[in-house]
Amino acid sequence: MATPSITVSETPLVLYTLRRADDALILGHRLSEWCGHAPMLEEDMALSNMALDLIGQARELYSYAAKVEGRDNDEDKLAYLRDVRQYRNLLLVERPNGDFAQTMVRQWLYSTFADRYWLKMMRSTDPTLAAIAAKSEKESAYHLRHASEWIIRLGDGTDESHARAQAAIDDLWAYTGEMFGVDDSERGLIDAGIAIDPTELLPEWLAAVADIAREATLVLPENDWMQQGGRDGCHSEHLGHLLSELQHMQRSFPGASW
Amino acid sequence: MVAVASSDADLRRRAWDAAAGVTDPEIPVLTIDDLGVLREVDVNGDRVEVAITPTYSGCPAMNMIALEIELALSRAGFREIHVRTVLSPAWTTDWMSEQGRRKLKEYGIAPPLPASTRRALFGVEQVTCPQCGSGDTELLSEFGSTSCKALWRCKTCREPFDYFKCH
Repeated sequence: MATPSITVSETPLVLYTLRRADDALILGHRLSEWCGHAPMLEEDMALSNMALDLIGQARELYSYAAKVEGRDNDEDKLAYLRDVRQYRNLLLVERPNGDFAQTMVRQWLYSTFADRYWLKMMRSTDPTLAAIAAKSEKESAYHLRHASEWIIRLGDGTDESHARAQAAIDDLWAYTGEMFGVDDSERGLIDAGIAIDPTELLPEWLAAVADIAREATLVLPENDWMQQGGRDGCHSEHLGHLLSELQHMQRSFPGASW
Repeated sequence: MVAVASSDADLRRRAWDAAAGVTDPEIPVLTIDDLGVLREVDVNGDRVEVAITPTYSGCPAMNMIALEIELALSRAGFREIHVRTVLSPAWTTDWMSEQGRRKLKEYGIAPPLPASTRRALFGVEQVTCPQCGSGDTELLSEFGSTSCKALWRCKTCREPFDYFKCH
């Protein structure tokens, strides 16, 4: 019989940390799906390296969430024993890999945000979050550079690569708004200087994305209607499938280890 | 009690030397001391506490390094050994020792350029070929065989090589 899910006491700081941990884990898992399938060996290594960075960040964040919660949960239980409605990641990061352009556009939109987010979080009044931010920022900077170079190459490449990159932007754009959302549970953390206000990042995120898009001869969508729900556990159908693969071993063989 | 203080210092020195001899499983010519991964060693009676810091968040070598430190210290006669990971201040390639840089180069890996500021991270890096010393090199891939390396190629001797990237 499968292992049942754990419960988590989501105080504002636990929830806040879990949300960022889930972003990193789910995007890291998505990138790891490319391992052995990327268009060339160098890219296979790049995607796997980025996955490793993100899963490493997730581990630090989960461990901290478990410590703050102060019950008997740990990084493994938080990753492997929560069901889909308990996951708090952005909808953007659970989007399927699609083609290579889809994966790179998702990475570019996210990393442009993440790099700036972690840079600001280095000044968090929470010493652990500030320390995780300092490591994550350096890694995100590499991810951002890598993804940005690909967007320019794809957009300003062949008709085929341009069309695919443009389709990916059109497809993913509605999932970007959620990165800048703030709810009541986060408001108090922002006031205390533990969290940063993500709405302040929107203008520079938009400017940075527009710069690369211009160089890539790609067009940013006009629509400003944004899809949301991931932060509250309302996910697309894709996350459940991802988790079934991610969690299968621990659900079927509780406590299995290498 | 000068004698005790001196023996404490000796004990700490012995513990440090034992831990400092542990090498990176992925770059075996470098010790964790060369890398700047070894941050602190405290001895309190039989108890040794060692602080290490990860190079990258997801570096899979950290568990191995912690295990090797425990083995090295127990071989040196210490009983109670605790290895903890510290995240702050974040590790930077600037902590790599001169000796570490030299050993890397002799091993065939181009050492990181100094001053890993954000500008260095995003500027154009001029990496020297560790094989022939030529400066005429090009980046093949930003991501290499481990998290900490990028893949480069020398346009003079035509050999590919690893570059320990700035962080």
